Amino acid sequence: MATPTMDKVEAEAVSSPYITVTFRIRRFNPEISDAAVWEDFQIEIDPKERVLDGLHKIKWDVDGSLTFRRSCAHGICGSDAMRINGKNRLACKTLIKDINPDKPITIEAIKGLTVLKDLVVDMEPFFQAYRDVMPFLVTKGNEPTRERLQSAEDRERFDDTTKCILCAACTSSCPVFWNDGQYFGPAAIVNAHRFIFDSRDEAGEQRLEILNDKDGVWRCRTTFNCTDACPRGIEVTKAIQEVKRALITRRF
Amino acid sequence: MKIHKYDTVIVGAGGAGMRAAIESTKRSRTAVLTKLYPTRSHTGAAQGGMAAALANVEEDNWEWHTFDTVKGGDYLVDQDAAEILAKEAIDAVLDLEKMGLPFNRTPQGTIDQRRFGGHSRNHGEAPVRRSCYAADRTGHMILQTLYQNCVKEGVEFFNEFYVLDQLITEVDGVRKSAGVVAYELATGEIHVFQAKSVIYASGGTGKFFKVTSNAHTLTGDGQAACYRRGLPLEDMEFFQFHPTGIWRMGILLTEGARGEGGILRNKDGERFMEKYAPVMKDLASRDVVSRSIYTEIREGRGCGPEGDHVYLDLTHLPPEQLDAKLPDITEFARTYLGIEPYTDPIPIQPTAHYAMGGIPTNVEGEVLADNTTVVPGLYAAGEVACVSVHGANRLGTNSLLDINVFGKRAGIAAAEYSAKADWVELPENPAAFVEEQVERLRNSTGGERVAELRRELQETMDANVMVFRTEQTIKTAVEKIAELRARYKNVSVQDKGKRFNTDLLEAVELGNLLDLAEVMAVSALARKESRGGHYREDFPNRDDVNFMRHTMAYREVGADGTETVRLDYKPVVQTRYQPMERKY
Ligand SMILES: Cc1cc2nc3c(=O)[nH]c(=O)nc-3n(C[C@H](O)[C@H](O)[C@H](O)COP(=O)(O)OP(=O)(O)OC[C@H]3O[C@@H](n4cnc5c(N)ncnc54)[C@H](O)[C@@H]3O)c2cc1C
Ligand code: SF4
Ligand code: FES
Repeated sequence: MATPTMDKVEAEAVSSPYITVTFRIRRFNPEISDAAVWEDFQIEIDPKERVLDGLHKIKWDVDGSLTFRRSCAHGICGSDAMRINGKNRLACKTLIKDINPDKPITIEAIKGLTVLKDLVVDMEPFFQAYRDVMPFLVTKGNEPTRERLQSAEDRERFDDTTKCILCAACTSSCPVFWNDGQYFGPAAIVNAHRFIFDSRDEAGEQRLEILNDKDGVWRCRTTFNCTDACPRGIEVTKAIQEVKRALITRRF
Repeated sequence: MKIHKYDTVIVGAGGAGMRAAIESTKRSRTAVLTKLYPTRSHTGAAQGGMAAALANVEEDNWEWHTFDTVKGGDYLVDQDAAEILAKEAIDAVLDLEKMGLPFNRTPQGTIDQRRFGGHSRNHGEAPVRRSCYAADRTGHMILQTLYQNCVKEGVEFFNEFYVLDQLITEVDGVRKSAGVVAYELATGEIHVFQAKSVIYASGGTGKFFKVTSNAHTLTGDGQAACYRRGLPLEDMEFFQFHPTGIWRMGILLTEGARGEGGILRNKDGERFMEKYAPVMKDLASRDVVSRSIYTEIREGRGCGPEGDHVYLDLTHLPPEQLDAKLPDITEFARTYLGIEPYTDPIPIQPTAHYAMGGIPTNVEGEVLADNTTVVPGLYAAGEVACVSVHGANRLGTNSLLDINVFGKRAGIAAAEYSAKADWVELPENPAAFVEEQVERLRNSTGGERVAELRRELQETMDANVMVFRTEQTIKTAVEKIAELRARYKNVSVQDKGKRFNTDLLEAVELGNLLDLAEVMAVSALARKESRGGHYREDFPNRDDVNFMRHTMAYREVGADGTETVRLDYKPVVQTRYQPMERKY
């Protein structure tokens, strides 16, 4: 390592530049009104902070009734997918400076799932689709005494889809899902992929049958919205394509 | 108010709760109540790995693992429990693999293992590869795998239910668990769950610190619920400060980064850990490394204009290795700091990480009402509990292990108890406490704000009871906490509604944090020695004569209603290891 001098992060930190940003948030609370409305909040914030930090500033210092889900605050728990400037993102993984803070930043609930209050949606249909694809390892025969063996290459085969945090950013960015909530949606297919391509699993056929359904993979129109939306960088569309191919060739 | 009846109720759906649920659902009618959707639990944030002496890549055995755990815990570990932890580790890892966990593999196809702080071969000779891992997202894989298996077993979840009170009924002079009271986030409705047994698996309490690796939701609700009902909390003064949190943010960068060869450097580029721990160097135990970092900072060798951090240097590691072994944490550096870890060192500082203390249990997970008496029907496992396998300082990778070993044990023990026990009658007006608490907060017109009190709490905790403590700093914290507790009585919330009222729940959570912060500070004040994560500058040495014992803190309510913390002590269980000086 070169002798550490003041690096770029620190150079910027010295003059901690707070800026004024407008958060334009889609508010909805059926206890108060059946109509959703846009509400503007102006906040002072360091542009290197997260959108989630901005939401907290509003909730903690201005309007305690602003409601959203969050937990880990660093992109690992999947709680805070929302539509930020029209794109699905995690609020805790989006820095203010990266989404043009000169203009109002619009924030609304993800689409295709029922909004319950402000940025909170009903996640039940999403998790139901996940549960429907048998998202667990199925094996036959006797359990070995030690671990099952798996080569590093076989392990690598499904690595990408193991990263999913079930945030629903993909599914709720999918136009097919918006039009028809019966469609399993990308996230469920990603989680099926994770097992179909796991060399240890023996229920690939069953899962493929489930996904061959009229609400299964064939509904996908390859718009790539899901891949763009995924905060974990999973190649969602590619995974769906691989499942389609496996259905045709029955090879996986 | 709704009343439900289940044989077994589990509070929390992180690693410990779901591991328990998988066992308990097979044996008894079980409900899992969780304030977060299961996959949102903070177990998912764990990165580095899970320890087990599989000996897949080099010689190792559970006895060495036991020794490291005892030594790492600065001899405050109950050695019978540490033996169980290390012995059952092997099956715990194999169980997860059979459930489908995608561990990284060796060229032979077995589970790969890597080095981690404090884990050594042959009682401290050299670092050993004991941590089983899945890249730097081991916790994510554990959480997902356990949830997948809960789906498979048909575990019944009540998601976004906040447990706010523990019900206890006295039967023939014995205090028994009768169930819990929960608040449903979506509707504001209060639910009473009558159960033959209850397992707390509600996780840690790190949110009373400002710089922390813990999630916003880790507010010690389970500890607080039991404490308020007169049950003790053990060793609460012991909190672990992990050496490598992202500067100012506290987001964790796994010790696995140093396991892979990462080096800590001061502003002169010096590898300073060589001075403090000549053998284990950067992989010495966490308390040792955190203190070394702050010593460097205090002596003027910190980095940056304010000299308030040091560097984690990964630049000498091949990019392929970083991509394969540390993909998530290198991405954190890019996302949150705008730094490229291939070429630039990462600014870090110690971050409040893990509660060694908690609800005291025996090795079956049964909760203790005092040093020896079990509370029939009450269990705890995971970070909420204190078995104690971590003593004064937990070794890295031993918590993912703890939640699996003791989650499983508690799940089995509770379900077996449910199968043979009689129902315990609910107390009169079982929901009264929660109803009163919720209504008081909802209707309060007081002038205090939750966010302000929490900020002040976090600031005083960071300033006064973190890595270095003295009588004076701890007293400052105790006084400040008392002031905040008084002001908390005047706290009000803006959201008066029933639906998804997170404003209200943040107020409840703050109340829990304040109770637990007081217990921590009072316990720390009384421990006039330095041991593991508790370092007193005014008493820099370990004092085995007076303090090789667990702290047991009880809530006392005086005749005039004033609350105080009463301290008692419990002997440490020693089997084969005599305390020695701790060197790395
Ligand atoms: C960033 C990070 C990295 C880590 N890395 C490692 C590692 O590499 N190796 C290792 O061994 N350990 C590691 N640890 C420690 C370890 O991950 C945790 O100690 C462990 O996962 C805790 O698991 P748990 O099941 O006890 O709690 P959690 O996973 O925190 O789960 C708590 C559960 O309780 C529920 N809950 C909380 N309050 C209530 C309430 N009032 N009512 C109902 N439900 C409630 C929550 O919804 C949640 O489901 C790490 C910790 C952190 C923070
Ligand atoms: S695939 Fe990506 S976007 Fe979709 S749920 Fe999983 S993590 Fe979220
Ligand atoms: S808060 Fe956990 S992913 Fe954003």
